[in-house]
Amino acid sequence: MKLTKEARAGTLESGDVLVIVGPSESLDIRVESPVIRQFGESIRQSVRDVAASLGVTGGAISLEDQGALDCTIRARLTTAIKRSLADE
Amino acid sequence: MRRSLLFLPGNQPNMLQNGAVLPADALIFDLEDSVSPSEKDAARELVASALRSIDYGSRGLVVRINDIDKPYVKKDLEAVAAAGAMSVMVPKVSGAHTIHHVAVMLDLIEEEYRMEPGRTKIIALIETAAGIEKAFEAAAASPRVEALALGGEDLSADLGCPRTKEGTEIFYSRSRLVVAARAAGIEAIDTPFTDARDEEGCYADTVFARSMGFDAKLSISPHHLRPIHRAFVPTEEAVAFALEVKEAMEIARREGRGAVSLRGKMIDLPVLKQAERTIELARASGMLAAEKEGALL
Repeated sequence: MKLTKEARAGTLESGDVLVIVGPSESLDIRVESPVIRQFGESIRQSVRDVAASLGVTGGAISLEDQGALDCTIRARLTTAIKRSLADE
Repeated sequence: MRRSLLFLPGNQPNMLQNGAVLPADALIFDLEDSVSPSEKDAARELVASALRSIDYGSRGLVVRINDIDKPYVKKDLEAVAAAGAMSVMVPKVSGAHTIHHVAVMLDLIEEEYRMEPGRTKIIALIETAAGIEKAFEAAAASPRVEALALGGEDLSADLGCPRTKEGTEIFYSRSRLVVAARAAGIEAIDTPFTDARDEEGCYADTVFARSMGFDAKLSISPHHLRPIHRAFVPTEEAVAFALEVKEAMEIARREGRGAVSLRGKMIDLPVLKQAERTIELARASGMLAAEKEGALL
């Protein structure tokens, strides 16, 4: 399924991540993080895993990471996607 | 064995992360008062994700769910029970019906997720006058109920009296809650001390609670953990006596006797239980290494 509505979750506080999702035909992932060199690919893989587990094949997914743990990234993305799908 | 249970706001990732290194005996991930209505869904996901991923060591893991009258409660229970919470703290318990409601939902969730039946325990948070009146009823309502906890702030508001550091206004409620918990054979957990900067005040309040029979204390600040633990340190004399009791009862058991005399007093099962609790507190306080205990026995 494809995301058709913008939604967000998380904050820009230390240890958190702000996730914004919106419409797109394909899965477009944009990540900003202070640890992009060390963990960029790992973060992207987590995004692909969560999207797949929720059946999302198309959507623009943007993350502004503030040093969040992987479990926080997964939780915030799950919330943003569920909010995006909530009224469909 | 727990002496301290620390509340962590459920929608703050840093605090959930810090819980893994704070010296609390148990952590309470809060989905209720510390989370705004618009963020309930986010906090639920975050707490469930933290429970699945972060290694909290031997700390007890409790989640305070929302009031059973709120629409979020079923989702709360499903998310946190499936993620491995050991206990749920149920707010505003006002009798057996609140406990039955939660217990039935947990029965269904544990069946659906193929979890061990009865695995998820309940801590009943008593914070209203009606809750105090029906504390024993709630404590005995289900084998899932492992503790009664007192919420002094909301209780004072419900009683219509100001909350003070001395706690005179909740004295009767504290006594009543300990009696109800003991009668049901479960733990009694005291209300938090609310001045985060006053560590000595927290220590004195915990010493008083312990003298009333409370087993543990809620905490809203990491600064209160050390004073709480200090208040639960047994005296050396109490530990020495507890070890003697344990040894005497072990000898009596081997000889097929139910009670023995020690220092001129009859020692029976209730005394042994108290001695075992003292030994647990001594271990938790670092007073009693296993080898020393073994050597003494």
